[in-house]
Amino acid sequence: MTDELPKTHAATGAADGDASAAGRPLLRIEGVVKTFGTFRAVDGVSLDIKAGEFFALLGPSGCGKTTLLRMLAGFEAPDEGRILLGDKDIAQALPHERPINMMFQNYALFPHLSVRDNIAFGLKRAGLSRADTATRVAEMVALVKLEGLEKRKPDQLSGGQRQRVALARALARRPQLLLLDEPLAALDKKLRENTQGELMELQRRLGMTFIVVTHDQEEAMTMASRIGVMKSGKLAQVASPRDLYEAPRSRWIAEFVGDVNLFDGETKLRDGHRLVIGTRDAGTLVVAEPREPVGAGRFSIAIRPEKIKLSRRAPVSEAGRETMINSLDGVVADICYLGGTTTYKVKLDTGGIVRASVANSARLDVDAYSVGQQIVAWFTPDDCVVLPS
Amino acid sequence: MSSRRIFARPARFAAIAPYVWMVLFFLVPFAFVLKISLSQTAIAQPPYEPVFALTAGWDALKAAFAALSIENFKLLVSDDIYVFAYVRSLTVALTATTLLLLIGYPIAYGMARLPKSWQAVAMVLVIVPFWTSFLIRIYAWINILQHDGLLNQILLALHLVSQPVVWLSTDSAMYIGIVYSYLPFMILPLYATLAKMEPVLEEAASDLGAPPWQVFWLVTFPLSLPGVGAGVLLCFIPIVGEFVIPDLLAGSNSLMIGQTLWLEFFTNKDWPVASAAAIVLLVVLLVPLLLYERLQKRQLEQGR
Repeated sequence: MTDELPKTHAATGAADGDASAAGRPLLRIEGVVKTFGTFRAVDGVSLDIKAGEFFALLGPSGCGKTTLLRMLAGFEAPDEGRILLGDKDIAQALPHERPINMMFQNYALFPHLSVRDNIAFGLKRAGLSRADTATRVAEMVALVKLEGLEKRKPDQLSGGQRQRVALARALARRPQLLLLDEPLAALDKKLRENTQGELMELQRRLGMTFIVVTHDQEEAMTMASRIGVMKSGKLAQVASPRDLYEAPRSRWIAEFVGDVNLFDGETKLRDGHRLVIGTRDAGTLVVAEPREPVGAGRFSIAIRPEKIKLSRRAPVSEAGRETMINSLDGVVADICYLGGTTTYKVKLDTGGIVRASVANSARLDVDAYSVGQQIVAWFTPDDCVVLPS
Repeated sequence: MSSRRIFARPARFAAIAPYVWMVLFFLVPFAFVLKISLSQTAIAQPPYEPVFALTAGWDALKAAFAALSIENFKLLVSDDIYVFAYVRSLTVALTATTLLLLIGYPIAYGMARLPKSWQAVAMVLVIVPFWTSFLIRIYAWINILQHDGLLNQILLALHLVSQPVVWLSTDSAMYIGIVYSYLPFMILPLYATLAKMEPVLEEAASDLGAPPWQVFWLVTFPLSLPGVGAGVLLCFIPIVGEFVIPDLLAGSNSLMIGQTLWLEFFTNKDWPVASAAAIVLLVVLLVPLLLYERLQKRQLEQGR
């Protein structure tokens, strides 16, 4: 198994190219179930990953994302279902028999080995010659910019350096698939942002397939080309970051990914491609009919805070009234200045509360709203997402 | 800051305590034994001379010092009995420690990988034998190993042997006794290091293509070396000087150094030779101790 490692990056790319040309995904997860006692940690997950993808598994702790990743690495065997890598079912294969490598959450570097020996560990197991191992280690050290630290032990490195060693060690064998378990969780914010960019750059350059597990939605949105959101062992939605944010499939996802205003209501009227929905907290709202038409009944309307505009007075002109068809009168209740944006909490006259996020585009904002000020919060029908209640 | 002030005084006392202990219970007795080892036997009370009499005056003290000699040490080196006893002690200790490591390691590893709640139970099971006196347990082994003892009964019942096997007064019986008695001292330090080790390191090795035996040799074992060192020392050193187990379970044709010491002291009443033998034993045991310490120091230096 281990000596089937592709010889060069180019070869990896070519192999991946063939796989996608045949229309087959690199990795196919089919109805995978894993139970611990009576707890169904992973409950029937099916998912295709294409070669060269940067895929993120996102979810709260305990949602089963780590268990799913561990099944891909081979540390757990699924109770049901298949895991196909290429056209081979690897569900029952042992970890050392898989052309998959993993970057562990706290890096799991071998404390008794130097940086060089940590990176060389997998290469020696693959039966590479001494010379080839040395060449590849040097290549990896350069790739993650660790030159000069080869002889250090892990406890002589900073957190960021350790993260790089872990990455180099996992990449050294040129796996067909790289798994990353919360790869940036142990880094501080600034370093995390830089490293996100580097990881993306690296993935593009090597043309490798990455699956990253994270509980940090911002991290998933930034890095991944596709995100799978998990909840209670199931995949709740698989979509691009943009679709996940702008077209969440459920109330739970809308709340889990980003900030959102939610209003519960009932359809009152259907007017062409628009729905008129009566809500308790925000009065009557006009929303665009979702792509898949919905019947009558109870719905939740989700509006992202940055889609909500604030204005001092209600529109006078006809055109203005049309744009501001959803206008809610209220009073500024709270102001939270965040630097780039300011979040206003508006207490509506109809009883509800709506949060609006406004970009601070001017340095000297003489027009800033103040607490207690009468205000109009408005948004267009297209800014609303209709979700099943 | 405040905690440092609160604990400053007790901490200082605590730091001195081990040195006081060492001086009172090791260095002072050692000086006595060293002095006796340089003396000669005499039919007197105490059974050696010269005797330092602090009241006899300066000249008497000088004479006593002049009477000290290293004759006893020369005897130890020249007489086969002592050389054999040392060699046998070291051989027995080495064999027994190897056996202990081979038996203790899998047990400690198994314990460390048990669910947390079961680890406490396993720990109690390892320690429980200590609740019975050591001597009683060795006598129990005499019972088990004797001609019509439990072991032979089982072997006969299972038709593994047709005649009762002679166990008592053999080296096998002695090794059984030693391994049985010292096993907890091997298991506990090993368990402590293995339990501390993160299982994720083994997963990482496996993920990087190492089959189970390589995971063990390249990751688990090297990382457990501090525990191996501690366990080996905790067993090897006392086994070299072991007296009770070989005396009760082994034959009398070849003696360990502990038994030879006992003979010199209580049968031959030759305190000076016995003392010299004890001092040589101490020096012999210092070698592995110093080696271990140097190894540890090197590991620490590598770690920085």
